Amino acid sequence: MGQFLQQLINGIQIGSIYALIALGYTMVYGIVRLINFAHADIFMFGAYMGFFLAPIMAKVFGGAFVPTIIAAMLITGLLGFIMEKLAYRPLRYKSRLSALITALGVSIFLENFCAMDFVLFGVHFVFGPTYRKFPDLIVAKNIPIPGNLGLNISNVLLLDVGVSVILMVLLFWFVNKTLIGKQMRAVAFDKPTASLMGINIDVVISTAFIVGPALAGAGGILYGTTYGMLASPFLGIWPGLKAFIAAVLGGIGNIPGAVLGAYIMGISEAFATSVNSNLGYGMAFAILIGILLIRPSGLLGKFMPEKV
Amino acid sequence: MTLLRTHRTTATVIVFVLAYVVIKALNLAGILNAYYIQLIVLAGINIVMTVSLGMVNGFTGQFSIGHAGFMAVGAYTSAMITTVWLHTSTANPWVGYPVFIVAILAGGLLAAAAGYLVGAPSLRLKGDYLAIVTLSANELIRTVIRVTEVLGGPRGLGGIPKFTTLEVVFVFAIVSVVLMRNYLFSSHGRSMKAVRDSEIAAESTGVNTTRQKVFVFVFSAFFAGVSGGVFAHLLQFIHPDNFSFMKSLEYLIYLYVGGSTSISGAIVGPAIFTLLPELMRGLQAWRLVIYPLILILTMIFRTEGIMGLKEFSFILIPQRQRKEVSA
Repeated sequence: MGQFLQQLINGIQIGSIYALIALGYTMVYGIVRLINFAHADIFMFGAYMGFFLAPIMAKVFGGAFVPTIIAAMLITGLLGFIMEKLAYRPLRYKSRLSALITALGVSIFLENFCAMDFVLFGVHFVFGPTYRKFPDLIVAKNIPIPGNLGLNISNVLLLDVGVSVILMVLLFWFVNKTLIGKQMRAVAFDKPTASLMGINIDVVISTAFIVGPALAGAGGILYGTTYGMLASPFLGIWPGLKAFIAAVLGGIGNIPGAVLGAYIMGISEAFATSVNSNLGYGMAFAILIGILLIRPSGLLGKFMPEKV
Repeated sequence: MTLLRTHRTTATVIVFVLAYVVIKALNLAGILNAYYIQLIVLAGINIVMTVSLGMVNGFTGQFSIGHAGFMAVGAYTSAMITTVWLHTSTANPWVGYPVFIVAILAGGLLAAAAGYLVGAPSLRLKGDYLAIVTLSANELIRTVIRVTEVLGGPRGLGGIPKFTTLEVVFVFAIVSVVLMRNYLFSSHGRSMKAVRDSEIAAESTGVNTTRQKVFVFVFSAFFAGVSGGVFAHLLQFIHPDNFSFMKSLEYLIYLYVGGSTSISGAIVGPAIFTLLPELMRGLQAWRLVIYPLILILTMIFRTEGIMGLKEFSFILIPQRQRKEVSA
């Protein structure tokens, strides 16, 4: 029983990180119908920003965590904005496949560019291909839970879950209560009609490409804090893939669905990994095939029949 | 059999044979050294991979992004047969080559089976699902190989006899490209293009779209598997990381820069990209930064790729014969 609850808690922790990434996938997909493959690399970029910014922030502000996460979110948001402007906007009215291929191109570019070790204009770009230790943004502490189940909750776990819940609540407020959020929902529902109602599509799409990557950047910081290390600039691929599967599981384009899917993915992965570490990888794939066979529109997604 | 109508393929075969003669002559004259020959052999394998990917992505309008996974299945199957189980070597070609051919075909068949497992559930659906399924399948195949001790696990599989020579690759490329070309120019090929252009219209004119898509996907996985076998017997050492998602991306870049809706494009793309690093030797380390940039710029400024919808004349069916085919 104790073992079971412990895995459940671990699953919720991983699920929170997946949820932050999955929200970006689902928002962008909902609005421009594009699988933004580069989203996983924005997550990676956010994690590395944490690595670089944390020492500076600790010096300037005294405390590292809050300023670092905000700065990383701003930078990844900016990166998302630039990416959309340069790579996706020129392709908006071309075939959907070409945008998808471009997204893949952006993804490989970001990964491999960050994996290079070089000096440009006197600045040493040191993402590098090597392993890096993530700075301790908070002092990790285990909080034993009273009772005889032997459960342990670390303060990192509370932080992960807390930060993601705060960000999710902010996102729900943003999407449901603000004007731009309303416009986003309108564009996701019917782009041409929204445009006829006087909504500036460009602004809405840019917003989605700022908010989604900002959440992924926050996810990156949490990832670094949780695992304590950054393996390489390719670290985003697996979490990104799982978050994407989570978004499909919940119903792509559906914001609560992405969160639900991410927690299901996180928990099932925690259980599978506790049996065998390679089973954790297989789990994601098994879930994906399962959804495609049984319910391709996802748990909360609406099935939309194609009209001729 | 639509695949084997040889009378329509004379021009294609002649051009390939001429290319072989020229390269062999340059090699014998000492202008192309062994290193260049190795590159050309690699280009041949990449051409078959890219044409087979083009059948799915360009001609059927699906989006498969895990082609290297099927290549891995073929490479490991054939290497296991020739190296681990039968211990063949190049010392006795009369035994070696038949075993090699059986091995690469077995690799192709197993890859086709893997293709069916991946394609059947995901191709029933419309949308981008295939992309994500093939991507996961690619990484899953690699993970399975990594943890399977018999296949060498993370250490890789070495000591594979070098059966792949310039001649072998030319025969392989001619046979594969001609088979795929004949398929694309058959009535099946026309149904594929119909599926690509409008799935609803294709369905309403009697094309079984799911069957067509799954069949093309399996056919394409077969060629990827065979290419994997040929590739394994060229490198003589294979490692799961040779077949990572990055490898699949390279083929996508070759295909889309060359032109996905044209067989000629799928030949031009890999040929350029395999020989390109030679032109920018100093930038070798930057290869994977420059390639995606080329891909993005191609998509923005020339979405249809270098060749677009054009084909070299030696690929097309001659006008005179085209009438009897359509009759």
